[in-house]
Amino acid sequence: MTSQSQRPRVGLFVTCLVDILRPSVGFAAVRLLEAAGCDVVVPLQTCCGQPAYNSGDRDTARALALQTIAAFEGFDYVVAPSGSCAAMLKVHYPRLLAGDAEASPRARAFAERVYELVSFLVDVRKLEAVPGTFSGRVTYHDGCSGLRELGIKRQPRELLERLKGAELVEMAETETCCGFGGLFCVKYPDISNAMVSKKTANVTAVEPELLLAGELGCLLNIAGKLAREGSRVSCRHVAEVLAGETAEPPIAHAASDA
Amino acid sequence: MRPAASPFAARSAAALADARLQRALADVPGGFVAARARVKAALPEFDALRRAGRDIKDHALAHLDLYLEEFERNAIAAGSKVHWAATASDACDIVLGICRAAGARLMTKSKSMVSEEIGLNARLEAAALKVVETDLGEYVIQIRGETPSHLIAPAIHLGPADIAEDFRRRHDHLPQNRDMSSPAVLVAEARAILRPKFLAADVGITGANLLVAKTGSAIIVTNEGNADLTLTLPRVHIVLASIEKVVPTLDDAWTLLRLLARSGTGQEFTAYTTLVTGPRRPGDPDGPEECHVVLVDNGRSELLGSGLREVLRCIRCGACMNHCPVYCSVGGHAYGSIYAGPIGAVLSPALLGPHAAGELAQASTFCGRCESVCPVEIPLVGLMRRWREVSFAEGSAGWNKALLRAWAFLARRPRLYHLAARVGATLLGGLARGRGAFSRLPFAQAWTRYRDLPAPQGGTFQAQWARRQRREAP
Repeated sequence: MTSQSQRPRVGLFVTCLVDILRPSVGFAAVRLLEAAGCDVVVPLQTCCGQPAYNSGDRDTARALALQTIAAFEGFDYVVAPSGSCAAMLKVHYPRLLAGDAEASPRARAFAERVYELVSFLVDVRKLEAVPGTFSGRVTYHDGCSGLRELGIKRQPRELLERLKGAELVEMAETETCCGFGGLFCVKYPDISNAMVSKKTANVTAVEPELLLAGELGCLLNIAGKLAREGSRVSCRHVAEVLAGETAEPPIAHAASDA
Repeated sequence: MRPAASPFAARSAAALADARLQRALADVPGGFVAARARVKAALPEFDALRRAGRDIKDHALAHLDLYLEEFERNAIAAGSKVHWAATASDACDIVLGICRAAGARLMTKSKSMVSEEIGLNARLEAAALKVVETDLGEYVIQIRGETPSHLIAPAIHLGPADIAEDFRRRHDHLPQNRDMSSPAVLVAEARAILRPKFLAADVGITGANLLVAKTGSAIIVTNEGNADLTLTLPRVHIVLASIEKVVPTLDDAWTLLRLLARSGTGQEFTAYTTLVTGPRRPGDPDGPEECHVVLVDNGRSELLGSGLREVLRCIRCGACMNHCPVYCSVGGHAYGSIYAGPIGAVLSPALLGPHAAGELAQASTFCGRCESVCPVEIPLVGLMRRWREVSFAEGSAGWNKALLRAWAFLARRPRLYHLAARVGATLLGGLARGRGAFSRLPFAQAWTRYRDLPAPQGGTFQAQWARRQRREAP
């Protein structure tokens, strides 16, 4: 067996938000996975079904689960740059398909191969050095699904410690929800606003240059609020900074003010 | 145009605009949440204890009929009278009947959520009986004509200044210019008002935190000692308890009590923990002549046989509320049910019906912090999701449902989805005209009212990736 063939084949589950709003996160994920010795493939894919599942539409969620499992057949690993999408694939697909004698074992076998990007890099690939550099203070927001469904807390911080020039400062209540919650933020905008306002106050209090997270949904919410407040703090997906994929301006920033 | 607000959304908006309420809620993270974190850190086996608590409740629920009958036998043997109430109305009738038979005019009462659930005070007052709440928070909300806004801190929505105002208004026999500047003064005043009520009451009504099948005992915990005065001084004691409170043994009860105090207030144990096993025995220096236990079902048997059974594990500690960012933003009254927060979002639709309270399960970001602190590991997010499934199936999800259907149609057709995604990302990217975000967008007002909407970078990842693969192909 050649060394080339020992490189694991990773199917990148890019997630809807990254696909449509911020492709640079996808390219950053690819660069990190390649730096961790993986071959990356991006099969034709749509959505993991989380919006349907959390809206009570199990039939659509089940159909999308089967579609996604079929699209990612044959990879050594399936990796997503999002805790909530990865948790959907890893934690909820087996539950959704538990009653289906044919699909249930497939869902369980699939789930075993699924990882969130940063935890995959640290826990599975033992990535030592990261390609990116950043000089300045950064703070990290824990996305709820990644934190509580997948136990991701230490891994991004480990990689940020290795990011040359970066100083990690922790804000208060980093484990409190930012108020995004998928459709919650547009169904209950007033409550969502109250929650994200507390979050941006905690961000601002530690005076970082950059806020990072592993979840684009949270980032859109927090970056959108910081932009509305006229804050100087900018926001990026943690993969962009770790990979050194920072040619694109930060979230909610124009190229001119990057 | 803003769509017509739902009752929950309207109450939430009012709560968010209420500066006094917001000041009161701001204390929750530094109070209950920090206290729980401290006692949890001091008990390395806390998570093992949670699993033990969960297993005790699951076992008791799986054999609920047997343990209830065992409780009844042992309670009767200890001299109690046991009453079974299928509905809220039955439970009120039973209590009313006991009070009338005792010739009672004044009742004292310690804190009981099930009494709130069945609307007991209103029923007693309609029958011209006077009932006085003796838990300080409950006393305050009783004189304000309010319902509790929290499971263990019913007046958490109020500050000392609000309470001082109510006391001045209500206790009009006291000098108007008296000093009411500290909580200690308020407590002393309430104590002076309540002491004669304790002594004069004909019947004392308490809840029960747990029932013990093996001994026929009710366990009642407080931090004020008011339950002890309520249950020892009057001639008749009535314990009102919902049927899921029963556990097999005293050992099981201790495990749950260790969890209850730590999870709720962040104490290692409550200040007063009282076991009641029947009325006064011959030779006892004090205690009531009669002890009645009213076992309330009110929909719980049905829950037991449903996919929501796990909600019956709840020991009413309030940790899910204290840790809920939605509850801490809007408070308990916004939920429109005496059961608020995550546990209320699961329990209220079961008790009030999905049409009355089904929306509460929508009002969550599913952040999961509630279930991560629940002392009996109730899967609150999964149970809220079940209510969303009910709402979705009944079509009560409105225009959201139409949008969701359109999105699902696309998501199940990958090539069409990609075309739509590319067109959408390109159009929006073009519309942004180099700005990084939209400050206003006609169809996204719910978002842009409060924050900017980050603009797409332009083009989808999958399209760009496919182009790159083609370029790099040999």
